[in-house]
Amino acid sequence: MNELTHKQSQCILVSLRLEPVRGLHMIPASFEYSSPKTLSEAISLLETSGSDSKILAGGQSLIPVMKLRLGSPSRLIDINNIEGLNYIRESDGFLRIGALTRIVDLESSELLKKKYPIINDAASHIADPTVRNLGTAGGNVSHADPANDLPAAMLALSAEFVATSSGGSRVIKAKDFFVDAFTTALKHEEILTEIRIPQFTVGNGGAYLKLEKRVGDFAIAGVAAQISVTQGVTVAKAGIGLTAVGSSAIEAVEAEQYLIGQTLTAEAISTASKLAARASNPGTDLRGPGEYKREMIIVLTTRALKRAYLRATGGAA
Amino acid sequence: MVNKMHIAVTVNGKDREADVEPRLLLVHFLRENLSLTGTHIGCDTSNCGACTVMLNGMTVKSCTVFAVQANGKKVTTVEGLANGAKLHPIQEGFWEKHGLQCGYCTPGMMMAAVALLQKNQNPTEEEIRRGISGNLCRCTGYVKIVEAIQYAAEKLKETQQQGMEVPAR
Amino acid sequence: MATEQVIHGMGSPIKRKEDPMLIRGRGNYVDDIKLPGMLFLDFVRSPYAHARIKSINAEKAKALPGVVAVITGNDLKGLGLDWIPTLAGDKMMVLPTEKVVYQMQEVVGVVAEDRYIAADAVNLVEVEYEPLPVVTDPFKALEKGSTIIREDKGTNHIFHWEVGDKAATDQLFKEADVTVKQDLYYPRIHVSYMETCGCVADFNSVEGHLTLYMTTQAPHAVRTVAALVTKIPENKIRIVSPDIGGGFGGKVYVYPGYVVATVGSIVSGCPVKWINDRSDDQPSTAFGRDFHMRAELAAKKDGTILAVRIKTISDHGAFHGDANPTKFPVGLFSICTGSYDLKNAFAEVDAAYTNKPQGGITYRCSFRVTEAVYAIERMVDVLAHKIGMDPAELRMKNFIPKEKFPYRSALGWTYDSGNYRDALKKAMDKIGYADLRKEQEEKRKKGELMGIGVSSFTEIVGAGPSHDFDILGLKMFDSAEIRIHPTGKVIARFGTKSQGQGHATTYAQIIAEELGIPTDDITIEEGDTDTAPYGLGTYASRSTPVAGAAAAMASRKIRDKAKKIAAYLLEAREEDLAWERGRFYVKGSPDKGKTIQEIAFAAYTNHPPGVEAGLEAVDYYDPPNMTFPFGSYICVVDIDRATGEPKVRRFLAIDDCGNIINPLIVDGQIQGALAMGYGTAFMEEIKYDEEGNVFGGNFMDYLIPSAVETPKWETDKTITPSPHHPLGTKGVGESATVGSPAAFVNAVVDALAHAGVTHIDMPLNPWKIRKALEEKGLAIES
Ligand SMILES: Cc1cc2nc3c(=O)[nH]c(=O)nc-3n(C[C@H](O)[C@H](O)[C@H](O)COP(=O)(O)OP(=O)(O)OC[C@H]3O[C@@H](n4cnc5c(N)ncnc54)[C@H](O)[C@@H]3O)c2cc1C
Ligand code: FES
Ligand code: FES
Repeated sequence: MNELTHKQSQCILVSLRLEPVRGLHMIPASFEYSSPKTLSEAISLLETSGSDSKILAGGQSLIPVMKLRLGSPSRLIDINNIEGLNYIRESDGFLRIGALTRIVDLESSELLKKKYPIINDAASHIADPTVRNLGTAGGNVSHADPANDLPAAMLALSAEFVATSSGGSRVIKAKDFFVDAFTTALKHEEILTEIRIPQFTVGNGGAYLKLEKRVGDFAIAGVAAQISVTQGVTVAKAGIGLTAVGSSAIEAVEAEQYLIGQTLTAEAISTASKLAARASNPGTDLRGPGEYKREMIIVLTTRALKRAYLRATGGAA
Repeated sequence: MVNKMHIAVTVNGKDREADVEPRLLLVHFLRENLSLTGTHIGCDTSNCGACTVMLNGMTVKSCTVFAVQANGKKVTTVEGLANGAKLHPIQEGFWEKHGLQCGYCTPGMMMAAVALLQKNQNPTEEEIRRGISGNLCRCTGYVKIVEAIQYAAEKLKETQQQGMEVPAR
Repeated sequence: MATEQVIHGMGSPIKRKEDPMLIRGRGNYVDDIKLPGMLFLDFVRSPYAHARIKSINAEKAKALPGVVAVITGNDLKGLGLDWIPTLAGDKMMVLPTEKVVYQMQEVVGVVAEDRYIAADAVNLVEVEYEPLPVVTDPFKALEKGSTIIREDKGTNHIFHWEVGDKAATDQLFKEADVTVKQDLYYPRIHVSYMETCGCVADFNSVEGHLTLYMTTQAPHAVRTVAALVTKIPENKIRIVSPDIGGGFGGKVYVYPGYVVATVGSIVSGCPVKWINDRSDDQPSTAFGRDFHMRAELAAKKDGTILAVRIKTISDHGAFHGDANPTKFPVGLFSICTGSYDLKNAFAEVDAAYTNKPQGGITYRCSFRVTEAVYAIERMVDVLAHKIGMDPAELRMKNFIPKEKFPYRSALGWTYDSGNYRDALKKAMDKIGYADLRKEQEEKRKKGELMGIGVSSFTEIVGAGPSHDFDILGLKMFDSAEIRIHPTGKVIARFGTKSQGQGHATTYAQIIAEELGIPTDDITIEEGDTDTAPYGLGTYASRSTPVAGAAAAMASRKIRDKAKKIAAYLLEAREEDLAWERGRFYVKGSPDKGKTIQEIAFAAYTNHPPGVEAGLEAVDYYDPPNMTFPFGSYICVVDIDRATGEPKVRRFLAIDDCGNIINPLIVDGQIQGALAMGYGTAFMEEIKYDEEGNVFGGNFMDYLIPSAVETPKWETDKTITPSPHHPLGTKGVGESATVGSPAAFVNAVVDALAHAGVTHIDMPLNPWKIRKALEEKGLAIES
């Protein structure tokens, strides 16, 4: 039983009796609902309602959890009717993504395709087109399921998360944001309002690769790699994030550090990939044996780095 | 006892109002409150797509949306596809090409297909298959569903060339 | 006379008659039924796979406003309904009184005003359990001293069954130049129809009449069993099987929900609906397969196969419940000699109780033919690789030659007709087999892996001849009742029940063919026991072979009578009349004739003296033999040497199901079943850990193929009519689930066979393939 890590689908949790099996899968418990029109209204609702109130964004993680009664928030604060939280733009040295930006918009954004295709890659691998219509960037990272796809990309991109509360905003770095399975550095009274990523210039390239049992299923394993190369050869910066191989999305720090100053030879890529695998700590579950997943981190890192390099140097892919 | 909220939703062009519990799923609102039973339920983990409807013009899984979220919005279900006796091209396609067997996945599948064709008039087979990847069918093996959608794509292009309006209220 | 375009008889690819309602969202599935005052039933389920129930406290649930009744095993015991018989002659718990025997078993039923209140009430019921040791491994279950699951039986051993001449087979194995042996596990899968099981029970206490709308493939059998169990007279039970969202064998079984909903309706005086959630349905309704086979072949050096020997442990869960013909506890597994002319064969099966839900026979398996075909087709490849012969060539060498039909198999079946060589040859030509083999060779040199898998299956369907086939004593005939009304329009009723197979269309085409009445004028009804003639239902591809034949026979009875009327109208002698489709005419003067419509009108307005009025007939068709559809499938697969992912590049299916009624529908049946075969081979599996926790119990964990994984099927056919079926048809619903898994596995193993891989068990997950690659030094880093 302990081979199964917490990160697997909520349903496994049910069958593991962490929650008693009661035959409850479809009908959520009762709750209060509000749909504020402004951010400040939403924040004050968060502050005044109990600690078990929840933000409802796309609902594509939260509602399944509630249907299984793995979570029974007393109040939902629906932020979908707040304007101005859905955007993708570059300004003041950052790529800025509003928390309520739909995954479908990440997937189809021309800006992202051109300059930040790693986000594009990850978004297009999340669930299916219908789920992507509602699911949001902010929800995907806030839910912090270690099997969610955006967190690894965010780690690779050294993203920053803007958390807003009545006291104002603070910025949390990606490496500090993903604390544990389903746990982020956000406080209950904070709303994630923006994801920002240091703007790229030339010589940057990234890719996200996901191995899955069925299209749109949670990953067997996933790897995000983002590099910047100087003079088309030497790695100046590297970011590597791993999906579904630990209790949260993992930054492969050793691999990143190793890569800096390297020329991306087959050997360097191989070494980096093995270092990345060392950073992983996968468990065995329905999506594969831990040992296999670790092997796959090597395979996926190798492939992701190659693709990232191609993109960084203006090649295709 | 339970707190109820008043909602007003335009469903297939008709204004509908009801007092509902916040926890009422949109799919149950459609099926139970409005007796629009064409929208089906095939799972409880948001995987199968049998419940797919349009919410303000984009597909959602109505088992993973609360009815209160649809307040003030427009919903289109399979019952809203045909224009009176005139079938929507996607319905024609499914019939012509034998795109359904038990018919249980079909309403959701057709909604996903309509959404796909709204975004992409000339989808490749690969794009069609990806476009319906959130809708599972256990009967057909998908080949004929793909053909049905290709049929509808052609038909839609024809109707658009003739300047006719395609129903999708 | 109506033209061909209008009549749409045999072979016409017409659009389906059932579709106009379904594409408008106006189908009528069980959950769509809404009766006044209807209540909703939900279940508390067991978190344990094996546990004694110490106490049940439902006080809080009962106190919840809107809760109408709470039903426990003890309540049912008072009615004699805590256990009910299964179709296999065992019995099963409806609700437990003492202990639970699998995880997710129904424990307490809660009836409330709506499903939301029912769910809340379920959450308030407190059940105290005392866990017992769990047995999930059938091998361990059969060991001495194992925990007993069924105290009423005193053993976990359900039955031993064997077939064939053991001594003669053993002798052939001794004399053989080559033998091969392989353990093959056919994993536990679930049918995963898109509509879960459910019902609406409506008991009228004044009349003592029960109407049960339910998801069943066999309404008549259910009614008979219900009458015997509940003591409600059979004439006061009406089973209605409305539109069914896929059945695949999983809706033949009777589940606790049907019984408890009925009791709920009796107790409450209101109609009661029960609908399984997917996560309830998947782990508690019937599974399929779970067959542990050890298979062996004996052959000569030149590749002549002499004999097959198979020893199996089959896992049945806590109740022996599969809907098998009584005399065939392992279904038609004895078709395991396959398409080959073998001297002898021996098969034996030991069945075990385990702490899992009941099942075995479901899922388009043709009564265990899936397992049989998988075994023989897999083993032929194992042998081919061992003796270094091309798998297709080895098949060609051993096929039963077409001259030998009807062919008596070593295990006693009489195959009606077949032409296996032509089917395989067609498949090989069409896919370019020789070129593929060349490509494989060249790829190997470059370090790329591709595999070609062949499967040449023989199916056995159409259960069945009454001397051998019954379920609980009910003979496995099926029926058709055809009535032609005065204006020549037809209503025909059947004992079967479509779950998507298109009976409303194909049966109409049969009648159209036989009587020359346009399909548009023919209405088909099934699934209501009040109106339909008795029949055993739709599963195991039996509808066309049995009920389809009944349609033809009843039509012919009508034609005989129509001839009498025509003779009267035409003032001719019967023997002077000739039939062309839709019309009798006087031989020699073709202008002088009467259409079937004119005859129908006369049957009610001007019928001959001495002949009864009306034009109708009933036929209960008792097939003289089974039919034996067959086919050859070829699969081409590419393997990613780093991830182990298999990618099916092409899949060609050549099917022979005899004469074809509607090619569109046949194609659809094959494509759908191929997708299921794909799911079994690559994705689907229900697993249990040692504590009896189920894995794969919902659609998030039990992955059925989407449009993206599913290959683009290529299909074609040969036609070898059945000599004994009135239409020469054979049945097709399950051919591809039966035939395809071996093709997929053979393809993957073929890709690795040069390195010495002989077998990988399904599902062929990438990690299993990667492991094989690693073991043989074929894995690469990226
Ligand atoms: C069938 C299915 C398959 C899926 N497969 C994948 C997959 O392969 N990969 C993947 O990555 N995901 C997958 N998902 C999850 C999906 O992507 C979710 O949409 C996403 O994880 C959550 O986004 P959301 O906007 O729907 O968040 P919600 O469900 O609304 O919220 C999720 C959590 O985040 C909190 N939250 C949301 N927004 C904010 C905010 N702005 N500030 C603070 N807290 C917030 C909520 O309170 C909640 O706790 C799948 C979902 C489904 C139903
Ligand atoms: S019912 Fe399955 S996705 Fe909604
Ligand atoms: S037609 Fe039956 S599930 Fe698609």
